Amino acid sequence: MLKIQNLSVNYGYIAAVKNISLEVNEGEIVTLIGGNGAGKTTTLMAISGLVPKASGTITFKGVNITKMSPDKIVKMGICHVPEGRRIFPSLTVYENLMAGTIGNPSLKKPQIKQLLEKNYELFPRLRERMKQSGGSLSGGEQQMLAIARGLMMDPDIIMLDEPSLGLAPIIVEEIFDLILKIRNAGKTVLLIEQNASMALSIADRGYVIETGNVVLEGKGRELLANPDVRKAYLGG
Amino acid sequence: MNEIILKLKSIYDKYKIIIILAGSILLLLVPVIFPKSYIMGIICRILLYIILAGGLNVINGYSSQFCIGYAGFFCIGAYTEAILALRLKINFWLLLPIAGIVTAIAGLLICLPTLKLKGKYLALVTLGFSEIVRLIALNWSSLTGGPMGLKGIPVPKIFGIEFKNSLSYYYIFLFLVAIFLFVTRRVINSRIGRAWMSIREDEQAARSLGVDTSMYKALNFMYGAFWAGIAGAAYAPYTRYIDSTFFTLDEGFNILSMAIIGGMGTLIGPVAGSIVVNLLTELLRPISEYRLVAYAILIIAMMWLRPQGLFGASKSILAGKEIVKKARKAEKEAAA
Repeated sequence: MLKIQNLSVNYGYIAAVKNISLEVNEGEIVTLIGGNGAGKTTTLMAISGLVPKASGTITFKGVNITKMSPDKIVKMGICHVPEGRRIFPSLTVYENLMAGTIGNPSLKKPQIKQLLEKNYELFPRLRERMKQSGGSLSGGEQQMLAIARGLMMDPDIIMLDEPSLGLAPIIVEEIFDLILKIRNAGKTVLLIEQNASMALSIADRGYVIETGNVVLEGKGRELLANPDVRKAYLGG
Repeated sequence: MNEIILKLKSIYDKYKIIIILAGSILLLLVPVIFPKSYIMGIICRILLYIILAGGLNVINGYSSQFCIGYAGFFCIGAYTEAILALRLKINFWLLLPIAGIVTAIAGLLICLPTLKLKGKYLALVTLGFSEIVRLIALNWSSLTGGPMGLKGIPVPKIFGIEFKNSLSYYYIFLFLVAIFLFVTRRVINSRIGRAWMSIREDEQAARSLGVDTSMYKALNFMYGAFWAGIAGAAYAPYTRYIDSTFFTLDEGFNILSMAIIGGMGTLIGPVAGSIVVNLLTELLRPISEYRLVAYAILIIAMMWLRPQGLFGASKSILAGKEIVKKARKAEKEAAA
């Protein structure tokens, strides 16, 4: 579904991502794991067109999207939930969700209503807090709002950038449950995580990235059992 | 303050139709109630500045681009109307949208090279733009009359009625304000308005949601400029004489102070700002030049006491407070 070939991204003279190739098939949860500065977020930003690419091609559903602008990429059905949640703090939860529909002008009112209802079902807490301003939510709720906002554009693939960032372990578990639910609802998920054990345990496949290179790839459970991965990311 | 607004809001929601009906009848009867042209002059000015401050508020309040050279757009609108009416004898009603479109194009031209600028940098560019427009109006004598200005601008006519004084011109301004508020309300609640607000809140996040930020920012600037053009086109035949001194930077700051005092990011804010500042201007007329000091003090006091402006609490925060209040009330009831 999403295919990345030999992608490189530079920030000035620093090469953040070097020749990364990866593939996401329909209906999969694929995770990219790696330490700080490995190039995970940059890879996502490159996919959604938020940073310029030095080289490489990205194809989505057979269409080359390497040089498309971010808004066109969203219209193709790729949704990017940015790192650190980035919700709109002074808009209400409802307004935040509606903001998610801007990127997909093909949505009509009844569809938007349906999506809203679906999201409220998936995240019942957001329904309770519909009229509250986004900034007044707790961290976990904000993360849920950020994911729900992304789902409001009815994407085919949703890319989550560290959804567990700064959340209590119990909330993290809840978020990962939700990610599974989203996959079961028919979406493809590309997940970036530092919390490698959690990410690998729900992922179908995983890639380990180190200083801009893919060093390992494989099935989620295999990577979880891999001694190198265990040593580097899971504390032995 | 928030409590008062909420209370007013609940009363308004209850008797919406009656209030709107009574209000519009009252507004239509204003020239009958105040037949003095002096008072009507002030009211006309309030209405004119509602459009100007409101248009600026769309730029500054809804997409948080910072424009302080709004007088430049006002100037372009006024001169477009005056020149076309005097030279080509085009009908006023046709000139209103033409002036608006010309000004919107000017808005597009200034925002295209500045789409990546933000905050104070963009503010500086708009400041320069405003002065450039004024200096062109001052120096291009063959077209704009230079320092002599343009005089004898024909007054608008419709069905044989001439709008030649503030008593009758009031209806033109009232009509324009009504259209402005109606259209802007629709725009703000549409996809476009939501895109503007998402850019105001977090531009990067908006981009990740697929909002074409440059396009919406340009659109925002054009929309704001459009209404400045309309206001200018309505203003020129009202005074029947314009020259470049009407459109100085002070004018831009005056409009900005109305938007800030009234509260940015709400529709009602600029209305309140225009009323407060214009009435204050009249009340402080005896101390003439020192009234600018009074504005400055007012703005500083506002920054302290109510940084979001009189009505500037965004709808969302108000809604949030409402819920907190309800929750507290429920808690109290449960305890009792």
